[in-house]
Amino acid sequence: MTPAVPVSWYLLLAATLFAIGVVGALTRRNGISIFLSIELMLNAANLTLIAYSRMLDVHTGQLVVFFVLAVAAAEAAVGLALFIAVFRQRHTIDLNRINLMRW
Amino acid sequence: MLDLLWLIPILPFAGAVLNACLGGKPPKALVTIVNVGAPLLSLLLALGCLWEYGHGTTQVIERTYYAWTAGALPSLQIDAGFRLDQLSAIMLFVVTFVGFLIHVYSVGYMAHEEGYRRYFAYLNLFMAAMLLLILGSNYLIMFVGWEGVGLCSYLLIGFYYDQEFPPYAGKKAFIVNRVGDFAFLLGMFALIAHFKTLDYTRIFDAIQKQPSLVTGPTVAGITLASFVALCFFVGAMGKSAQIPLYVWLPDAMAGPTPVSALIHAATMVTAGVYMVVRTNVIYQLAPGVSQFVAVIGAVTAIFAATIGLAQTDIKKVLAYSTVSQLGYMFLAAGLGAYSAAIFHLGTHAFFKALLFLGSGSVIHAMGGEQDMRQMGGLRKALPQTFRTFVVGALAIAGIFPFAGFFSKDEILHAAAANGQWVLYAVGLITAALTAFYMFRAVFLTFWGKFRGTHEQEHHLHESPPSMTIPLWILAVGALTTGWLGLPGKSNWIHNFLAPVILHPAGLPEPAEHELSAIALGLIAFAVAVAAIWYAWTVYGKDNGLERGKEWATRSPVLHNLLVHKYYVDEIYDTVIVRPLALLSTFFWKGVDMLLIDGAIHTGAATTEVAGEVGRFSTTGNVRNYALYFFLGVLLLFLWLIY
Amino acid sequence: METLTFLVFAALALGSALVVVSHKNPVYSTISLVVTLFAVAVLFVMLGAPFVGVLQVLIYTGAIVVLFLFVIMLLNLQPRSRDESRLAGQGLQVVGAVIGGLILWFLIFFAFANSSFAALKPLTAEMVSLKTLARDLFTEYLLPFEIVGLLLLVAVIGATVVARKVPQADATTSYQKPPEGSEP
Repeated sequence: MTPAVPVSWYLLLAATLFAIGVVGALTRRNGISIFLSIELMLNAANLTLIAYSRMLDVHTGQLVVFFVLAVAAAEAAVGLALFIAVFRQRHTIDLNRINLMRW
Repeated sequence: MLDLLWLIPILPFAGAVLNACLGGKPPKALVTIVNVGAPLLSLLLALGCLWEYGHGTTQVIERTYYAWTAGALPSLQIDAGFRLDQLSAIMLFVVTFVGFLIHVYSVGYMAHEEGYRRYFAYLNLFMAAMLLLILGSNYLIMFVGWEGVGLCSYLLIGFYYDQEFPPYAGKKAFIVNRVGDFAFLLGMFALIAHFKTLDYTRIFDAIQKQPSLVTGPTVAGITLASFVALCFFVGAMGKSAQIPLYVWLPDAMAGPTPVSALIHAATMVTAGVYMVVRTNVIYQLAPGVSQFVAVIGAVTAIFAATIGLAQTDIKKVLAYSTVSQLGYMFLAAGLGAYSAAIFHLGTHAFFKALLFLGSGSVIHAMGGEQDMRQMGGLRKALPQTFRTFVVGALAIAGIFPFAGFFSKDEILHAAAANGQWVLYAVGLITAALTAFYMFRAVFLTFWGKFRGTHEQEHHLHESPPSMTIPLWILAVGALTTGWLGLPGKSNWIHNFLAPVILHPAGLPEPAEHELSAIALGLIAFAVAVAAIWYAWTVYGKDNGLERGKEWATRSPVLHNLLVHKYYVDEIYDTVIVRPLALLSTFFWKGVDMLLIDGAIHTGAATTEVAGEVGRFSTTGNVRNYALYFFLGVLLLFLWLIY
Repeated sequence: METLTFLVFAALALGSALVVVSHKNPVYSTISLVVTLFAVAVLFVMLGAPFVGVLQVLIYTGAIVVLFLFVIMLLNLQPRSRDESRLAGQGLQVVGAVIGGLILWFLIFFAFANSSFAALKPLTAEMVSLKTLARDLFTEYLLPFEIVGLLLLVAVIGATVVARKVPQADATTSYQKPPEGSEP
């Protein structure tokens, strides 16, 4: 049976999630929180990809999401390791305080 | 052998290049072998070529080595080629022979100089350029050689660059020359515009057959012939030191004496005369300019002779003498007596080189002293120098049977025969002055008591054979070369050069002159002898210098004028040099520093200010950067979608 | 029925997303992220990609979020204290971000509004099948697959190296004054 939910709804939802993620990434002071917002944005992108994959009747979107998942995992691992290293030096994650490269 | 004609200028050039490649401190012997060997080879080659030429039947040997404009600009015909005809044959002999002798002399004279190697490199380069000048088959090659000798003149005048004056003199020579060169170029451009070539053969043949080619086209009433002739003569004024562009020659004496001999007496300064004689067909069709040439020549001759009367530096006397004798040559050329001009060029090369080299010998003996007031009685200490110098002096004074008598006489004869009695009178008076100042120099230097310091007296010695042998050879030349131009039908030089003097169609043949050459010759001889006798009475005794001074104080104004060379340099300085310097300073400070540098500085300052302001965007706060990042993404998105 | 499902899980996703970006306790933010991820996984299934949905739950919630929690606990991050206002000293940042976000949303909205979307075909078993997906992955996309494997290896090594405790003599320790009397 024809799906009742048009694709555009999914896309709009993804756009909204993305926008929320953006605001979060730019607003939060805590490094970890920024990371979480980034994950949110990645998810929105994934949703868009799957929606288009469904619309165009190909598997490409799903495969790309597959890779995005893997890359997100790698990126999260390395990024968190970096946070740990920074924390050891500066004893804070507050990004406002990590600003040695001022003018 | 004639196929090797091109080697003649190339050998000295190779010598100069080889000199530069000899490493840091080559042994003097090596430099000597390379840089005296090259002119020697050139000389032998030249003699060989001349022999072949003389025994051959062709009047003109032309060799084209490279058709320069054939590919890109076929409408223009300018090739790289050499031409050996009677005129260039004579010049070739003079340049290579006298040039070689002076190279030999330099070995002795410059033996103790630090710049020995540099000197010979420049001298060889000069030979190459001069030979290029005279062997070229078109005006462009001549001009290349022209500029080349100008360059070497500059390099050699400023040879003692650690002193203050020589580089200044070199600059002066080069710049004054440049004024003339500019005119030379204008003349060449005019020829190119009308003939589409600079080749002697093509241009002269065309003009000879159809003189209206150059007498027809006029601009503001000036014919093409007059224009080209005038432009070329201004070029000659610069190179051959005629009024008003002669001022560089006396200052050029700052260079080593052999340089003065070679460049500023025998060869380079004669390039202007050569050029005018080469272009004789155009001058014949521009009678106004020819007259101008003759007048300038005569005025220069007498003007320089008067200055020479009051000079105390032996080289300066000779320098003004050169200017004066060059005036004679142009007088002849202006009168249409082209063979007489070349004749005098040839004899002058010998006796002027002899005089300069002799003076070099004296200076060498005096340990560098050039002021005649410090000299005296040197004939005992320097017998060979003395004898050869006197030969040269007799030659220049026009005493029979020495060379100058015949060549100068030829010129005076031409003036008289053309009815130009004013010019004749000027020439005769100048001859008297020449004899007078020349023997003044002789007596002051070689007669009387020695006036120098004790140190100098001890140092006096005759020069080594490398210097005296060339003196003797030149002395023989100063005696015998005159016999090539015996007046009358058997005038060898006149007949030899006849084919080079072209006769444009429609122009009346120059009339054979009936005026007695013998009568004029006797007058000139008498005048010269009288002048010498008068010089003897003033300067010949022991107290010659004092008597001379006394004589000078009789008319202090005149004497002052002469000693200060009529203040010409000062006038030029005020009228030309100062305003130019002011203008240059204005352009430097006002335009260059303010405007041009200012524009650059503004650009740099803008960048600097932008940087100063822009750096505030690097807050160090990563989140700010993220914001900028995001804004960029927004813009990109906008651009992609819409 | 389907619409209802969509709306419920969409609302859930949006709500928990808002909590993620605004809560002052990082642990709460992380847990909220779990909820969001789960809701999105459901939406994946609705869009005919069950495999990806399952992967999402496994990898994202199962591994990545756990990693986040570990790090939060390791660094012993405290919730933002009461007196520290969220907007302290960063007014421009917040305003800029919010405005930017709104602009972005509107841009996307207008982009979609001006394009037409074809109606979706009904789902078939074939479209959903794992077999075809796997075949594509191991034939056409084999190279990216291998490279991603390599990438993960590199990430593991990198993370280990970056986060390790460095010995005292390393250059990253702070500068120590040299003993008295020695050369500078």
